[in-house]
Amino acid sequence: MISTNIFEIQNNDLLAIVALLTGVALVALAMWIAGLISPRSFNPQKGEAYECGIPTRGESMTRFSVGYYLFAILFLMFDVETVFLFPWAVRVRELGANGLISIAVFFSVLVLGLVYAWRKGALEWK
Amino acid sequence: MFKFSIITDWINNLLHEWMPGWLATTIECVAIGVGLLLAYALLALFYIYYERKVCAAFQCRLGPNRVGPFGLLQSFADMFKILIKELISLNHIDKFLFALAPYLVIIASMLAFAVLPWGNGLQIINFNIGIFFLIAVSSIGVLGILLAGWSSNNKFTLIGALRSGAQMVSYELSIGLSVLTMVAFAGTMSVPGIVEAQSNLWFIFSGHIPAIIAFIIYLIAGTAETNRGPFDLPEAESELTAGYHTEYSGIHFGFFYLAEYLNLFIVSGVAALLFFGGWMPLHIPGFDTFNHIMDYIPSVVWFIGKAIALSFIIIWFKWTFPRLRIDQLLSLEWKYLLPINLFNLVLMTLMIVYGLHF
Repeated sequence: MISTNIFEIQNNDLLAIVALLTGVALVALAMWIAGLISPRSFNPQKGEAYECGIPTRGESMTRFSVGYYLFAILFLMFDVETVFLFPWAVRVRELGANGLISIAVFFSVLVLGLVYAWRKGALEWK
Repeated sequence: MFKFSIITDWINNLLHEWMPGWLATTIECVAIGVGLLLAYALLALFYIYYERKVCAAFQCRLGPNRVGPFGLLQSFADMFKILIKELISLNHIDKFLFALAPYLVIIASMLAFAVLPWGNGLQIINFNIGIFFLIAVSSIGVLGILLAGWSSNNKFTLIGALRSGAQMVSYELSIGLSVLTMVAFAGTMSVPGIVEAQSNLWFIFSGHIPAIIAFIIYLIAGTAETNRGPFDLPEAESELTAGYHTEYSGIHFGFFYLAEYLNLFIVSGVAALLFFGGWMPLHIPGFDTFNHIMDYIPSVVWFIGKAIALSFIIIWFKWTFPRLRIDQLLSLEWKYLLPINLFNLVLMTLMIVYGLHF
């Protein structure tokens, strides 16, 4: 490695866990302080959903447009593609023209996928 | 160039002389945690002030100017105000998910925050796939937003969260692909490696046109990823009250607010890392005197300065462009940015492999 870690801690997993615990500590600490110093008052109306100011009608955890799923599926396809391209991208200089041809095959399949989705109208918001 | 590892190594050796190894490591880990927490909180406070001042300048106002000199203490006052607000407990919410959502949002931004190249020798998490790790952890945030919207038992938060989810996953592709373009150019995924590769010239200059296209796409996608600017339709107040965090109160809401500002910093920090050399000073090959003078400015100042300068552009977007509709937003990503990005990747590989310059 060119630059060493802070405090020469070689275990990066440990540092990632430290950052994660810092995030947890930030939320827990602030919630604790807020719980200590914030006022409390009780009112039957207060527990209702705010929504837009008038009382809620019907169930709120309800069904929603299928269009969101469609984009989630498309995202999955292209995100996995990006993940597969990353190892090649690191070695692109060393692999040279040979690597370029093999990745072009993979790449063209995905571009065909995008073209297909586009022609089918999956990219239109309905 | 001053290396911060001189100080940290000195502290490390001192601690190891005085106590057993495990205790020294524990103390160092606590020090890192406290440092991260302080940097996180202070940057968030700075960004609240900065955004309000920049916004005021765009609208020919003065902005906060009453609390402290030039209103500098305004965001501290805001923080204390938000801490003493009541945490309202709601009746029909999913309590576990409702409490979990802010944790996920904050953890995602804190992990990404720790990967950034803070300075020469101030690299905290140093995976050899650092930039990949950064993309991975920053996408956890969308889970928090979806949970917040779903668990609030409110139709508007649900719509806001779903819009946010669709928007963030779509624009994550563009972020991933423009990062991929720059990783191909750098030949490494490690964050210090990318910074060292730019010691002669920043990538935005040495990468020619593909790097500039990647930068523009990254900036647009990054704005969308932080739910800001013209892409703030998850929290469009004219249609959805306040989006996915409508039902949150007091500091519980504050976490989303905090994470939004920190995500702005992280997006501009990653842009600084990939295109403007991270903590690397501005070096021009051939101008040795100039390069030496630039080396005297500490690396932390370079990194934070670049990140803040890039955030200015993102804040500028917010106060310039009107909000998009969701169909415009999705077609911008899938019909324009994604094909341009794929084409740009091909351009970049041709440039690398065959040495063509555009």
